[in-house]
Amino acid sequence: MDDILLSLSGLTKAYPGVVANDDVSFDIGRGEVHALLGENGAGKSTLVKMIYGLVKPDTGTMTLNGAGYTPAEPRAARAAGVAMVFQHFSLFDALTVAENIALGMENPPKPRDLARQIREVSENYGLPLDPDRVVGTLSAGERQRVEIIRCLLQNPQLLIMDEPTSVLTPQEVEILFQTLRQLSAEGTAILYISHKLEEIRALCDNATILRLGKKVATCIPRETTAREMAEMMVGSSFNAPEARARDLGDVALEVRGLSLPAPGAFGTPLRDISFTVRQGEVLGLGGVAGNGQDELLAALSGEQRSPAAMIRMHDVEIGALGPTARRDKGLLTGPEERLGHAAAPDMSLTENAVLTAARREGLLSRGFVNWGRAQGFAEKVIEAFDVRTPGPGTAARALSGGNLQKYVIGREILQRPEVLIVNQPTWGVDAAAAAAIRQALLDLAAKGAAIVVISQDLDELIEISDRFGALNEGRLSAIKPVQGLTIDEIGLMMGGAHDMEVAHA
Amino acid sequence: MDLSSINPVLLVASLMVSATPILFAAIGELVVEKAGVLNLGVEGMMITGAIVGFAVAVTTSSPLLGFAAAALASAVLSLSFGVLTQYLLSNQVATGLGLTLVGLGLSSLIGRPYEGIKSPTLPDIHIPVISDLPVVGPMLFQHDIMVYVSIALVAGVWGFLKYSRLGLILRAVGESHDAAHALGYKVVRVRMAAIFFGGACAGLGGAYLSLVRVPQWTEGMTAGAGWIALAIVVFASWRPWRVLIGAYLFGGITVLQLNLQAAGLQFGVEYLSMSPYVITILVLVVISARGAHGAPASLGRPFHASS
Repeated sequence: MDDILLSLSGLTKAYPGVVANDDVSFDIGRGEVHALLGENGAGKSTLVKMIYGLVKPDTGTMTLNGAGYTPAEPRAARAAGVAMVFQHFSLFDALTVAENIALGMENPPKPRDLARQIREVSENYGLPLDPDRVVGTLSAGERQRVEIIRCLLQNPQLLIMDEPTSVLTPQEVEILFQTLRQLSAEGTAILYISHKLEEIRALCDNATILRLGKKVATCIPRETTAREMAEMMVGSSFNAPEARARDLGDVALEVRGLSLPAPGAFGTPLRDISFTVRQGEVLGLGGVAGNGQDELLAALSGEQRSPAAMIRMHDVEIGALGPTARRDKGLLTGPEERLGHAAAPDMSLTENAVLTAARREGLLSRGFVNWGRAQGFAEKVIEAFDVRTPGPGTAARALSGGNLQKYVIGREILQRPEVLIVNQPTWGVDAAAAAAIRQALLDLAAKGAAIVVISQDLDELIEISDRFGALNEGRLSAIKPVQGLTIDEIGLMMGGAHDMEVAHA
Repeated sequence: MDLSSINPVLLVASLMVSATPILFAAIGELVVEKAGVLNLGVEGMMITGAIVGFAVAVTTSSPLLGFAAAALASAVLSLSFGVLTQYLLSNQVATGLGLTLVGLGLSSLIGRPYEGIKSPTLPDIHIPVISDLPVVGPMLFQHDIMVYVSIALVAGVWGFLKYSRLGLILRAVGESHDAAHALGYKVVRVRMAAIFFGGACAGLGGAYLSLVRVPQWTEGMTAGAGWIALAIVVFASWRPWRVLIGAYLFGGITVLQLNLQAAGLQFGVEYLSMSPYVITILVLVVISARGAHGAPASLGRPFHASS
């Protein structure tokens, strides 16, 4: 690259007990779309935090436009022309769009001028947005537009995007890509962090791959297959889950016209949801985050009761039963939030095992916990699901996300559920562990359990489900067999592009 | 009972005086909570302000110096809360309760030599023409300067939060400290400043009690005013002008029940005395049941930059 914008050389950052980045060097050219690839914990976030001035490198240098670049804080990075769109945590729900944007600028103009500028930029890039809306009321896609516009108003030379598409429908992703290509054509470099390989192949000019904090490879995504990139990330080949060929039994779970009011101010009401799952079947429910996934899981698990007839299991009405009664009947659930919902963070793995498995696994005798048997069960889960931990006495909080996820899913699977409902079973889990969890779900279905997988990862749903439906604003789309379903159809089921329009035609 | 003995002009005038200590404390606590910090030590800071203000005013014979010293003392005391909760990440609720206990103990220690003394008090200001208006004049425009300072403070806080960039940053910090940190704002510094301001306001409120409202020092003289101030912030849904309404409502009921007692209402004195507190609780219940909150999303949550 003859026209280098940002050059990283020998960046190293160590935290107590772990080297997050070890001697990482690469260059980003002007107008280049550069992908940063790696599994969770590979050091991508630390690296971009150094570029954005949130973290100081221990050693190593950066040059921007040929001059030394050592941002002490994000303000300095922004002043130097580096902007960042975050994955989480960067918008303020109770403030308006304009206030949110003003907070991200060094010298924001007067409110009226700012509103005009927001409208101009949003029209230029096909990202319609009303400056006076309160951010808490926006959809995930709209929230991302707020962040992008906040960055664009500062005319950045380098735009860092951290997992930008995890909350978007396929149509919204396409529009985002057009915006990014337009920016790139205008000379803005983009550092694109993702682990969605097909997206990187579609968008990026170059890719740098990190593993365990080290740069392990570079490639040109267009000329590399997704599988090759995945293996570079993981460092070894891994088995994709095996395909299905199962006999379906009777209807195990039936939901009829399930409607519930929203549980809180920013929650989603469930609207007339109906579906059935048969024994041995995997039903995949997709949808953009915040369209009723958590509420549906709560209704199915029994945390949120409904009129009895709305939920039936083997033709018995269970809508009015609580979680314990449903567990006794064989309906188990694995919620999305690992720490705090699926597991109690400060309790040991054994204690966490007792919390859901006490009755089904006979861990109680005369009302007292039999700790010996409880530990035995925890050890069984650790063994069967290859959970990397010193032992069952370890606190749940001390496990990495992927390991804890294997543990909480394994804990439910080993209780031989007749119906299992999981929400985001592989969220934030590395590729090898994700493949293991998916395989375990398929094996469970093969033994005759009915499984509902709620997920935002479409690839995952297509891989393991027999039928697919999408949640959109608390409603469930028609449910279709996965075989023969195209990504376009899925996008429309998820609610299409909302009100996005393309200004690039 | 003789209701005609209650003079509406005097009633309004005295409700403003009665509400002012709570108004000071509540508007300060509002800023603290808007920054995402729950400081339950208002009562302790108020009573510390009350005794320090009293002591300094008696010694120097200058009530205004007393107010300044009270604000400074309570603000410094609040910094101990700040250091504990913001730097050492101690639990805000427990630390706030501790601060109240410390303040109560400290004030009775300092206050021992000052019992039974009368303090110099603030003169009521007299503005030509307006203060002489019939009815309205004595009701609204013949108070001491601190009454007007408290109202100006409410206006100032309102404008600061709504229009200034610093106010926006403060609200942002209270709304999501992680997001504010990611944008490069100094979360801990903003919160320390808010805590300091809240402490100073509580000190002014306490000094107003011991220098104007009573004006004397008695141990435990705040008698729960700090807790009422905390309740009023919730009552106000974290909006400055509603804090003014809440404080005046509470002050009004307090004064009214005193007047009713004086007028000889044959209804248990205990019930009348408790009425301001009961009504505060009822209003809080109604507001909470209605579900319109507007509490800062990060309120009471500890922040550490590593997370």
